[in-house]
Amino acid sequence: MRLAPVFLGSLVRRRAATLLSFAAIVLGVALGMAVQAVNQAALAEFGRGLRTLSGVADLQVVGPRGGFDEALYARLAARPEVAQASPVLEVWTERIGSTDTLHVLGLDLFALGAVTPALWPQPAKLDGQSEREARFAALAENNLFLSAAAQTVLAVQPGDRLRVYAGTQPLELRVAGDLPGAAEDPQLAVMDIAAVQKHFARIGQLTRIDLRLVDGLDAQTARATLAPLLPAGVWLEAPQTAEGQAANLSRAYRVNLTLLAAMALVTGAFLVFSAQALSVVRRHTELAFLRAIGLARHQLFFWLLAEGALVGLLGSVVGVVLGHGLAFGLLKLLGGDLGAGFFAGLSPTLKFDLWASGIYVLLGVGAGVAGAWLPAREAASVAPAQALKASDDSALSQRRGYPGLGLILIVASAPLCVLPPILGLPIGGYLAIFGLLTGSVLWLPMLASGLARVVPLRGPVPVRLAAARLRAAPGMSAVAATGVLASVALVAAMAIMVSSLRDSVDVWLGQILPADLYLRAGRAQSGGVLSEALQVQLTDVSGVARVQFTRHDSLRLAPGQPPVALLARPVSSDGRELPLVGSARAVAEGETAVWISEALYDLRGWRPGDHVRLPLAGSEVQVRVAGIWRDYARQTGSLMLDLADYRRLTGDRSAQDAAIWLAPGADALGVAEALKAAGGSGALEVTVPGEIRARSLRIFDRTFAVTYVLEAAAVIIGLAGVAASFAALAAARRREFGLLRHLGLTRGQIGSLLALEGSLAAGIGIFGGLTVGGAIAWILIEVVNRQSFHWSMDLHVPWVSLLVFAGTLATLASLAAVLAGRQAMREDAVLAVREDW
Amino acid sequence: MLEISNLYRQFNNRPVLKAISLRLEPGEYVAITGESGVGKSTLLNVIAGLNRPDRGRLALDGEDYAALGEEALTRLRRDKLGFVFQAFHILPHLTLRQNVTLPLWLKGQGGPWADRQAECLLDAVGLADRAESWPRELSGGEMQRVAIARALVHSPRLVLADEPTGNLDPTNAARVLRLLGERIRTAGSMGILVTHSPDAARSADRVLQLTPEGLRG
Ligand SMILES: Nc1ncnc2c1ncn2[C@@H]1O[C@H](COP(=O)(O)OP(=O)(O)OP(=O)(O)O)[C@@H](O)[C@H]1O
Ligand SMILES: [Mg+2]
Repeated sequence: MRLAPVFLGSLVRRRAATLLSFAAIVLGVALGMAVQAVNQAALAEFGRGLRTLSGVADLQVVGPRGGFDEALYARLAARPEVAQASPVLEVWTERIGSTDTLHVLGLDLFALGAVTPALWPQPAKLDGQSEREARFAALAENNLFLSAAAQTVLAVQPGDRLRVYAGTQPLELRVAGDLPGAAEDPQLAVMDIAAVQKHFARIGQLTRIDLRLVDGLDAQTARATLAPLLPAGVWLEAPQTAEGQAANLSRAYRVNLTLLAAMALVTGAFLVFSAQALSVVRRHTELAFLRAIGLARHQLFFWLLAEGALVGLLGSVVGVVLGHGLAFGLLKLLGGDLGAGFFAGLSPTLKFDLWASGIYVLLGVGAGVAGAWLPAREAASVAPAQALKASDDSALSQRRGYPGLGLILIVASAPLCVLPPILGLPIGGYLAIFGLLTGSVLWLPMLASGLARVVPLRGPVPVRLAAARLRAAPGMSAVAATGVLASVALVAAMAIMVSSLRDSVDVWLGQILPADLYLRAGRAQSGGVLSEALQVQLTDVSGVARVQFTRHDSLRLAPGQPPVALLARPVSSDGRELPLVGSARAVAEGETAVWISEALYDLRGWRPGDHVRLPLAGSEVQVRVAGIWRDYARQTGSLMLDLADYRRLTGDRSAQDAAIWLAPGADALGVAEALKAAGGSGALEVTVPGEIRARSLRIFDRTFAVTYVLEAAAVIIGLAGVAASFAALAAARRREFGLLRHLGLTRGQIGSLLALEGSLAAGIGIFGGLTVGGAIAWILIEVVNRQSFHWSMDLHVPWVSLLVFAGTLATLASLAAVLAGRQAMREDAVLAVREDW
Repeated sequence: MLEISNLYRQFNNRPVLKAISLRLEPGEYVAITGESGVGKSTLLNVIAGLNRPDRGRLALDGEDYAALGEEALTRLRRDKLGFVFQAFHILPHLTLRQNVTLPLWLKGQGGPWADRQAECLLDAVGLADRAESWPRELSGGEMQRVAIARALVHSPRLVLADEPTGNLDPTNAARVLRLLGERIRTAGSMGILVTHSPDAARSADRVLQLTPEGLRG
């Protein structure tokens, strides 16, 4: 440690470069930390909510969102394995005249206490109510119990009336008390189960049964014996499963954000690299001298690494602190999913996680060390006798970099792309991106000397000098180009990926929204239903040419897996109205066609032509996969059936959505009003596709806003890193400039020499960056996104933006070079020549 | 005691050092002169273990180090050799005291004792009151005096100086050389001074001439 001042002091000497590397690492760590902390907080809150809802249940019976037959409850309750069974019917509804959503649990108050005591409703003692009335309030069919938080949100208190939608009909309920065990959930309401069944037209149905097993019986055994009693599509699950599924759902999204943060960290590592490489060159004789007076090779290596590690350590400690601050702000601003919509309605609280923070500090130190590695290796391998007499920049100039290692990294990234996801994460894709980026940086010196060979040694003096320098010292330009390459590659890759996705989503929205008007029964997830009578009424509205209804449900295809969306709507036999991927496969007469989303292709391995079994209305139905369609709305998979098939198989004739085609000449607004009126009292929502499209794209852009911020930060830091490299190079060349001035070059000529060198270096970086960026974009699209979200997209390169970006960057880089040179030329020319350090 | 006998070194099949033999007793201080390009710096590098001889014997205090590994040579330089260079090589971001203490740091010795040692040497070269100054505040002669203090602070057995006065004016050069000779003799170590200047060479106990055929007395 005694040698610390010898080495770490040098970080202070090159303040600007150190600060920039530091800033990039702070940014990377802070963003990674923030995303991690926000997600952790959201998941913790989500899990806490789930635990309240499932109480002390050992097992839960779950099925399609549409529910299952309540006869199962009686069968299970009678089993000797079951100590207590509590039936649940969950519905979502909306308050009339507002957008407030309520999560209503219909519970059997006699079964509830032993399983989910936290949901026990507490009747309020109201004026003019007898003791007996209050006691039985929970059973009254128009009584509703609201959590304290929900009472605050809705601004009601016990005794008040609350009007909500039941289907499309208004329903007036009385707030009869609160839920002391679940006071914090802002959407939670409890009613008697029979009342929910009656009001919401769900007679005889349940969505969940919570089970407590008899003492001493383990869940595994009970599951095995009880499973045969369950109808198709209904499963027994441990209550924790849902928590894991929520974590999985948001994981891919979180991992992508974290990847962006990692990119900032990698940029930081590259900045450390260029700063260290230049500094090692500048300190060339100093380091040789230290070796001569007895500093061992490994000590030199260690201390040069320590310089990078220190920058990493400081950066990551500040980053962790900043990250927590940022997380706090993001939670306030965007919510627990940073605007992506997974955890709507939660109000998570932030916690300091020592382990996660420690890991981020290690990552920051790792970035610093990684950046310092190659320069340290080079410096340690130099023979001191040579270096003592050599001039400043001869060390890097002759180096060809590590093209062999670079080639290995680039080649190795190809097989990594075909690795299947590990734990659902596109690890192979990430490694491939890293390999490509690092490999191409190692190839920069080769690229620079290749360019040097074609640049002619002719023309005005500055041009000749710039060309000669590029020939003699391609390594120098390569170092300056490193930062440019890294930031251009990352920005280009993200830009291409986001623009491809946005473009594909836009096209997709056009494909799935072909009608003139769209109608749905309320905003709530499953509350609103268009009854058969209403369907007929809607079709008869004047000005309506054609109506297509859609029935939504969700199915559980396997235990432990998240539910899969089921959409039933009119689909022709070739699926031409769907955004198909690949071609459709004809389904034989008498067979039922099902159209699966890409997620089911990836996750369940279903292929067109396969026979698969779906749990519909409590029994297994064999259907045939007719084709694959693109679904950007649901990551866990979706199934599309023809509505007629669905009705034939389930007997369920209700629907939630309708797509409406207008008669020629009909006025869209007028028809929309007429349709709304048909449903009565604002129960129906009618929108034009343009609005849905605009709203969807707005949500898309909001989701990617974080991405844009990160990108902008990466570019700014990358550019600043380039400027710092040039400043360092120019400072190291003060003597050379002095000599040139002695020989009679004007300041202007030296200025253009520098501008030329700057644009050459930036040009190399930009060329390399765009090439590598394109390759990374391909990996992001075909590997990372595909494996994380299970959707494909069509490549869409934003050429104009990329060209503008590249041009701006080249201009800025040569400007930075000139400014840096100006600084160096300020010294008196004579003095600079004599100067030794 | 330094013993060199029959030392050879060539570069790209061109012999540079041929049949070099030299023997230094403790307290002895010699100057080596010779034409430019004859191999003076190469000889110093070989003696310092920075370049390896092709053959020949190199021994310091009876220990032959011609064939030692890199680690061992590094340790030898750290413990037993001191260097003075034409280009000073004073680290710009360390104070004078820190620069002088550097060889002690390398040996793992720090703390108050090392600081006192450095002050002692700075005092000996007449810069005691500048201990906390920065190198940029010094003149060339003063820098070289700091370099001499640094070369001696860890009591090396052998001090190697390659053109230490090449960057100095005659007055300062004479002063620095007198100082170097004095310090080597009083410390009882050995010194080799490589120089072009006859004046500088005269500051040593004896003057040797390096020729393509070997060292001449
Ligand atoms: N690493 C090397 N590779 C090839 N030749 C070398 C190397 N080092 C030195 N030489 C050659 O060895 C010869 C002696 O060089 P050296 O530096 O020892 O000369 P010198 O006597 O110190 O000269 P000067 O007085 O100019 O400093 C020179 O011809 C030089 O070109
Ligand atoms: Mg020489």
